[in-house]
Amino acid sequence: MAQHINKKARFHSLTANRLLDGEPVYLTAADDWSEALTDAAIADGKDQGAALMDIAAKSVEGRVIVNPYLFDIDVEDGKPSPISVREQIRAAGPTVRLDLGKQAS
Amino acid sequence: MYRYDEFDHTIVKERVTEFTGQVKRRLAGELTEDEFKPLRLMNGLYLQLHAYMLRVAIPYGTLSGTQMRMLGHIARKYDKGYGHFTTRQNIQYNWPKLKDVPDILADLASVEMHAIQTSGNCIRNVTSDQYAGVAAGEIDDPRIWSEILRQWSTFHPEYTFLPRKFKIAVTGHANDRAAIKVHDVGIIIVEGDDGQPAFDIYAGGGQGRTPMIASLVGKKIPARDLLHFVDAIMRVYNMHGRRDNMYKARIKILVHALGAEEFARQVHEEFARGGAGDDLKLPDGEIERIRAYFAPPAYDTLDDSDAAYEKALAEDKAFAQWARTNLADHKVPGYAIVNISLKPIGGIAGDASDVQMETIADIAEKYSFDEVRVTHEQNLVLPDVKKSDLYAVWKALDAIDCATPNIGLISDMIVCPGLDYCDLANARSISIGQMISESFADLDREHDIGELKIKISGCINACGHHHVGHIGILGVDKKGVENYQVSLGGAADEHAAVGDIVGPAFTEDKIVWAIETIVETYVSHRKDGEKFIDTYRRIGIDPFKETLYAAA
Repeated sequence: MAQHINKKARFHSLTANRLLDGEPVYLTAADDWSEALTDAAIADGKDQGAALMDIAAKSVEGRVIVNPYLFDIDVEDGKPSPISVREQIRAAGPTVRLDLGKQAS
Repeated sequence: MYRYDEFDHTIVKERVTEFTGQVKRRLAGELTEDEFKPLRLMNGLYLQLHAYMLRVAIPYGTLSGTQMRMLGHIARKYDKGYGHFTTRQNIQYNWPKLKDVPDILADLASVEMHAIQTSGNCIRNVTSDQYAGVAAGEIDDPRIWSEILRQWSTFHPEYTFLPRKFKIAVTGHANDRAAIKVHDVGIIIVEGDDGQPAFDIYAGGGQGRTPMIASLVGKKIPARDLLHFVDAIMRVYNMHGRRDNMYKARIKILVHALGAEEFARQVHEEFARGGAGDDLKLPDGEIERIRAYFAPPAYDTLDDSDAAYEKALAEDKAFAQWARTNLADHKVPGYAIVNISLKPIGGIAGDASDVQMETIADIAEKYSFDEVRVTHEQNLVLPDVKKSDLYAVWKALDAIDCATPNIGLISDMIVCPGLDYCDLANARSISIGQMISESFADLDREHDIGELKIKISGCINACGHHHVGHIGILGVDKKGVENYQVSLGGAADEHAAVGDIVGPAFTEDKIVWAIETIVETYVSHRKDGEKFIDTYRRIGIDPFKETLYAAA
């Protein structure tokens, strides 16, 4: 699996693709999956990140999602915001087609 | 055009049934993702940033109007209204749902298409010259030999799990439009000693992390030995290719490690040993059977000049501009080859909407013997248009924004999907291409600059062919920030070369300036009639370095 976290980063959220349609989804604090990054649970530190991965593993077994991984975030007003351009694009949609992806809905 | 026989129909239908079952089992929990992933990849289905991505094969880039219409239908029904034509002469859909993919494959099968071997460590879709069969000066039609290779390689049991993916390209013309020397195996048709078609066969080319130009390993191989000789190459590679390190697994690394002469010696030894050779010798009847599928259409006997065409050229400047760049000489008098640009200024290279695909299918049906070609430079071609129909074809293309008069010019770039779509990318490509395209939007300036091939990749895998761009741009991640490394002097034609890296990478806000500076440096040094690549080969990299980095 590709590495999407920096050892120095403190905050992480967890994302995956929904099995049925490939849609990027985010693990929420209620252990559910949301299409919106703003709903994502925020892990403060390595242990909380590992706990999110444990929860995601059950959803992999349950055939809800595939390819779960943690990624670095900043936290602003209690909401996660991705640090990498990759995750910003994934959370919104292609920067060259604003009519596609989550930004279109 | 090749039409499926009963075996082709059966194979493709059985594969659809098989994959439909595999998807059902995956969704029912009878297959894990680890078990399912290799199965979906064998059917061209990837998981990318935003969704699944389905890569559909277009063997040697040839499509009928019916097939093109189906590609448009799939774009509208199962995707988001568009598809992306790639450098492998494939089309990729960026947003299909897993549950819909069996239906998509069934629709493709209904028009003799599939997604088999567009992924995986097997022999991939065989690519060729988009002007095959119609270019003046062609030695033989490469589609015949591409089709023979396709039939041989599809589901080949010995080459289903090669050390890495394997790509073959074929050209029948001295002007290489298929980039054969940057393929694992590149084949050029030559005239044999008996006057019949024979093959010069290159091996060990490729781009990616370690770009290399292929070496000649077989000279004037007779037609009936084509499969036997390629099979000998595959056997040597399959035997010695490294499976312990995916970055060293391509045949180019083996050829480099052994040395081209030693590699060729082993191939000839394997060839002489026979192997499956007797079974692989092509009987004359089989060659002629395949050749018959590619027989020329029923051309009219025409004068080469057409009064209505000449009149339109004289009276309509926009048409004349398009004709200047987007037409190529046809071997039959009174006909022309029409290049359809999928590179509108500021647009996304290679993208075509459902409506565009369906309209192009209609145009092909009406004006070009129902045939369309896909080019490895992400454009389309109507191979057989009467000169008397060119004005009508241009108007029809212009109405769907497919008549940008820029083929071969600076805005006719190869651009990979990059970080906007691709899971492997480190940086965006499309937006860089759009910015450069808009910067050079003045058509008079584009013509003044002349032939210049810019190729952009969003990562080291080089799907955008940056290594062989006259100007190559490679997106790199520098501590989380997108940067762009520039190379100069690459070429993908018969004078294939890997470009030279000019120096430190440029930030996103400097890359257009860098390209402008390179172009202005060329313009200031060029002699009369000299193309960018000619000037570069004459003056070398230093003048470009000086102008790019003098202020640093």
